[in-house]
Amino acid sequence: MAEATAYQVIGTRPVRPDGADKVTGRAIYGADVRMPGMLHGKVLRSPHAHARIKSIDTSKAEALPGVKAVVTHKDLPEAPDKIANLGEGAVNLKFLSNNVLAQEKALYRGHAIAAVAAINVHVAEEAVNLIEVEYEVLPPVLTTPEAMQEGAPMLHAGMTTTSLGEKTDRESNVASHYRFTLGDVAEGFKQADLVIEREFDTATVHQGYIEPHNATAMWNEEGHVTIWTSTQGAFVVQKQSSEVLGIPVSQVSVIPAEIGGGFGGKIPVYLEPVAALLSRKTGHPVKLVMSRIEEFESTGPTPGSRLKVKMGATRDGRVVAAEASLAFEAGAFPGSPVGPGGMCIFAPYSFPNMQVDGYDVVVNKPKTTAYRAPGATNAAFASETIMDEFAEQLGIDPLQLRVMNGAKEGDRRVDGPTHPQIGFLETVHAALEHEHYNTPLEGPNRGRGVASGFWFNVGLQSSVVINVNSDGTVSLVEGSTDIGGTRASIAMQAAEVLGIPYESVRPTVAGTDGVGYTDVTGGSRTTFATGYAAYEAANDVVRQMKERLAERWSNEQEEGADALSAEDVTYSGGVFGCSKGADKAVSFQEMAELMPRTGGPISGRATVQPRGVGGAFATHIVDVEVDPDTGKVSILRYTAVQDVGKAIHPSYVEGQIQGGVTQGIGWALNETYMYREDGNMSNASFLDYRMPTCLDLPMIDAVLVEVPNPGHPFGVRGVGEVPIVPPPAAVANAIYRATGKRMTDLPMSPGYVLDKMRA
Amino acid sequence: MATRIHVQTTLNGEAAEFLCDSRQSLLEVLRDDLGFTGTKEGCSNGNCGACSLQIDGVLVDSCLVLAAEVDGKSVNTIEGLASPAQLHPLQQKFLEHAALQCGICTPGFIMAAKALLEKNPKPTEHEVRYWLAGNLCRCTGYDKIVRAVLDAAESMEASA
Repeated sequence: MAEATAYQVIGTRPVRPDGADKVTGRAIYGADVRMPGMLHGKVLRSPHAHARIKSIDTSKAEALPGVKAVVTHKDLPEAPDKIANLGEGAVNLKFLSNNVLAQEKALYRGHAIAAVAAINVHVAEEAVNLIEVEYEVLPPVLTTPEAMQEGAPMLHAGMTTTSLGEKTDRESNVASHYRFTLGDVAEGFKQADLVIEREFDTATVHQGYIEPHNATAMWNEEGHVTIWTSTQGAFVVQKQSSEVLGIPVSQVSVIPAEIGGGFGGKIPVYLEPVAALLSRKTGHPVKLVMSRIEEFESTGPTPGSRLKVKMGATRDGRVVAAEASLAFEAGAFPGSPVGPGGMCIFAPYSFPNMQVDGYDVVVNKPKTTAYRAPGATNAAFASETIMDEFAEQLGIDPLQLRVMNGAKEGDRRVDGPTHPQIGFLETVHAALEHEHYNTPLEGPNRGRGVASGFWFNVGLQSSVVINVNSDGTVSLVEGSTDIGGTRASIAMQAAEVLGIPYESVRPTVAGTDGVGYTDVTGGSRTTFATGYAAYEAANDVVRQMKERLAERWSNEQEEGADALSAEDVTYSGGVFGCSKGADKAVSFQEMAELMPRTGGPISGRATVQPRGVGGAFATHIVDVEVDPDTGKVSILRYTAVQDVGKAIHPSYVEGQIQGGVTQGIGWALNETYMYREDGNMSNASFLDYRMPTCLDLPMIDAVLVEVPNPGHPFGVRGVGEVPIVPPPAAVANAIYRATGKRMTDLPMSPGYVLDKMRA
Repeated sequence: MATRIHVQTTLNGEAAEFLCDSRQSLLEVLRDDLGFTGTKEGCSNGNCGACSLQIDGVLVDSCLVLAAEVDGKSVNTIEGLASPAQLHPLQQKFLEHAALQCGICTPGFIMAAKALLEKNPKPTEHEVRYWLAGNLCRCTGYDKIVRAVLDAAESMEASA
């Protein structure tokens, strides 16, 4: 199907429609929003990682000239202790509300306690410092081993573990425990000649988008709230805000601004309901923007984790058993991505016996949220390191070992689903054949590592409307906020179906009042699912045009001739024709001009929930050099091979891969939340958190392998997330080849590597 | 509140004046008071480079400059780079190379790259990476940004 087709638009590299506004500074991001009479807000945050809030006295803050309102959790309606589906998995509304403004306890350093609206941000900051909070400081619990101990301080009094789907009466910081099983691991280990078991530790890391969270809200006299914000999903902000504020969905309009990066971090609401409350109290629009410190301390990083992985292989390189125990830090409220971690950990392989136990553990850190393939990177660090040990100890090339054990169509994942048509082995073969892998790496203290990874991708719901203009151009309205060029990749799919140039499609990202429900830009779903909706909406346009022409041409026929139906009208190469007798040729543009004389405007629409999601696989090769005196690791060369299904806009596909790899390298080498014993973070700045700069990196070679996804008309697979999965393991394996030392902790910072080298 | 300071400056080639508080950064005055929101704020402490602009031709992080300091100076921001008819070659090359994803760091990168090319019209890849190390991008992995800057340098050289 897809491979054989010669596309006109798909696979080309046009300039994105929002490009000029973004390179000139004209594009309006959330923090650029200005409203008449707008007030500025600031949030007071807990200085303690764990404390009971005994009292909050706002009187001095309220008395400061220029202060217009102060809000606390008392201004929120009582949130029910119930689970609601808020677009990105289930959320307990009480927890969501308590994360927006703390109720009885501050559960992490940076937890929102109160907020002020004032005439400018400086007055708001002064006022925040005048709010008097009496805390009873409690001992913090910062890691999963501490939190899981008997008698550990409890974050949530009375919380019990849900184990294997059943509520237990065991009070614990372990919110839930699941188990995936395939085959019989005990039997599998009996067949193994070589068994390796290791424990791994990964640090909390942040998405690190450059644009801080922001929200501007106006609550009008009729009780309607309008929110301007940078978000991955306007409808999710609408739903979450309506639940937290206790008002109907129809009373919340969300207008998405341009968004300066998200990577999963801009899905939950933090500021939106607070800005709304402040607006309700003041009658003015109120804007809140986070500082970088607030970003680190008060939003949702991805969890630190403790992983215990045991794998067994036969002498000839067949992995016969694999077992993992994953404990993820959920942060202050339950809901870590330990589930996806377990789904992905062994997914590239067809191991006959597998078992995964996952534990979701609350600790006194910010509530974690999604970060690019959430959970999969932590998990792959462990499994892909052990795969490398097998290769080394069995004397098998590490990529060949992956060929021997690689998953194919029909193989079952540990969590149940069987793989449809996938391209894992294609990525391994492409890596094996790549010039990088076949060029010897020379020089001291250098090593080459490889690793693979999987991310399942998601479909969810999308809506698109295409309105045909009188000159044959179209306007396309969609609801997926554009974080990385998706206006282009969606418009391209519509142009392909409509048979018109890419430039003739003008895509617009609409808010909640302007387009049908659309889930978040996340899960690598936008080009897949919203692109699917664009494909369907474009087909709806073509169908309507065919109906119009069938009727028109029928009326033009001699009397007595059979009426034509839409099926008799053909459309190819941008020209409508007739398959029955009459020699007709009407271009798309001519048909557009005919609209007022054939029944009026034409709007194509589609709402989709595509089920045929194609999972994504990647295999990476990295060369490193380790400084023997300092332990600093330099990336010399990086090649990332990925099955992308069909690359709609190859430049932006490469960009997703290069960006994901870079985040993975940062996670591997530098990034970590450094905590003091009292639970305070000591590196809450970009300088000290130290994400990769361009000087830390070489060019990143993105190799696109195209194994079409049969579940999408053009073969699209999500591409955005999987590239972050292999890098930490690939880098660790390269460090091993350079130093002879196995890395088990992230980040592999110079001090850590040096300690290992000297051990 | 203390007396406000009267500042006379040149902004993208045009005379401009404003009143500011002594504590206000140039970034804040540009964005919140003058409506020049093309210069972005990512960290407010000089770590990310999103607020890069030029004062008398010198590249600075405008979050670390007090607004009062630009009295009598000439400030150039991203808004002044393109002519009505044409993008600057750096802007054009950023688009052609898909060197932006979310775009929040882009104005800062373009202003930083402009300052580099004024100083060094034919930089090597390493020189580009060294100069731009003060600007953080979290989306692209820098690959396409570095290529866009190198390509812009070449095209500017060719048309010079």
